[in-house]
Amino acid sequence: MSTTTVTPEPPHVLAVDDSIVDRAVISRLLRSSKYRVTTVDSGKRALEVLSLDGDNVHMIITDYCMPEMSGYELLKRVKESTELREIPVVLMSSENSPPRIRRCLEEGAEEFLIKPVRASDLSRLCSRLITTLR
Amino acid sequence: MDYSNLRRQAASMKKSLFDQGYLDEQFCQVEDLQDEASPNFAEEVVTLFFKDSAKLISNVEQALEKYPKDFNRWDAYMQQLKGSCSSIGASRMKSECMSFRDYCGQGNVEGCMRSFQKVKREHGALRQKLEAYFQLLRQAGQLVLLELPPGPGCKN
Repeated sequence: MSTTTVTPEPPHVLAVDDSIVDRAVISRLLRSSKYRVTTVDSGKRALEVLSLDGDNVHMIITDYCMPEMSGYELLKRVKESTELREIPVVLMSSENSPPRIRRCLEEGAEEFLIKPVRASDLSRLCSRLITTLR
Repeated sequence: MDYSNLRRQAASMKKSLFDQGYLDEQFCQVEDLQDEASPNFAEEVVTLFFKDSAKLISNVEQALEKYPKDFNRWDAYMQQLKGSCSSIGASRMKSECMSFRDYCGQGNVEGCMRSFQKVKREHGALRQKLEAYFQLLRQAGQLVLLELPPGPGCKN
């Protein structure tokens, strides 16, 4: 089924963060840029969502430091999966650690944002990433 | 008339929170995310912050008691709190969190205990000030509604 001239659905972003405050801010940031957002509080939940609805996820944005599964581990799992590896993954962290950033980029992360993430970071990122997908 | 006075008071209260270093630019970023769809977003996030930070503070408190000299654990808990502070622009509180983490890095128990007390103090002070600020905003908002005459041509 192809869409014709109807307005396409806004892209769907999966936001992963164990901090309830950061989830609220990131999802508001994304929604105010008119993206659809699903927030989850762990890498494990993120993988559950992706296994059910991976075709419908256009970008993953994840915190780096999370208990149990770090954002880096989530990134690796996504990039190792044939179904999921095309989905751009963005990492966020409040720690500005060049080796950490390098490692994530080497593993296939699109970008590494330093927290607190600003509206300008997201809009620049999203418009770049999501247009290339279309 | 009254409401514009209250609005002025709220603006001046906000300015002094910035001048005294309680808040930083990130708070403005949060307020800027408000719109017609989410007109109370800043207050909602701040409320969420205080609920969450009270829990995180209690985690640190318990860790200080139950796990003496476990600087890695103490640091990990404080890192979470610092992250939340950073996200809403709670600048002074964030600085105290960072002090605590520095003391953890040095293995300085006394320093940790002292700076933890400061974290709690800043938390309490910020909560008081932000509650007052949002209450003032709410009063200014309410007065606008009451003063508008009923009937057509009303603004929302």
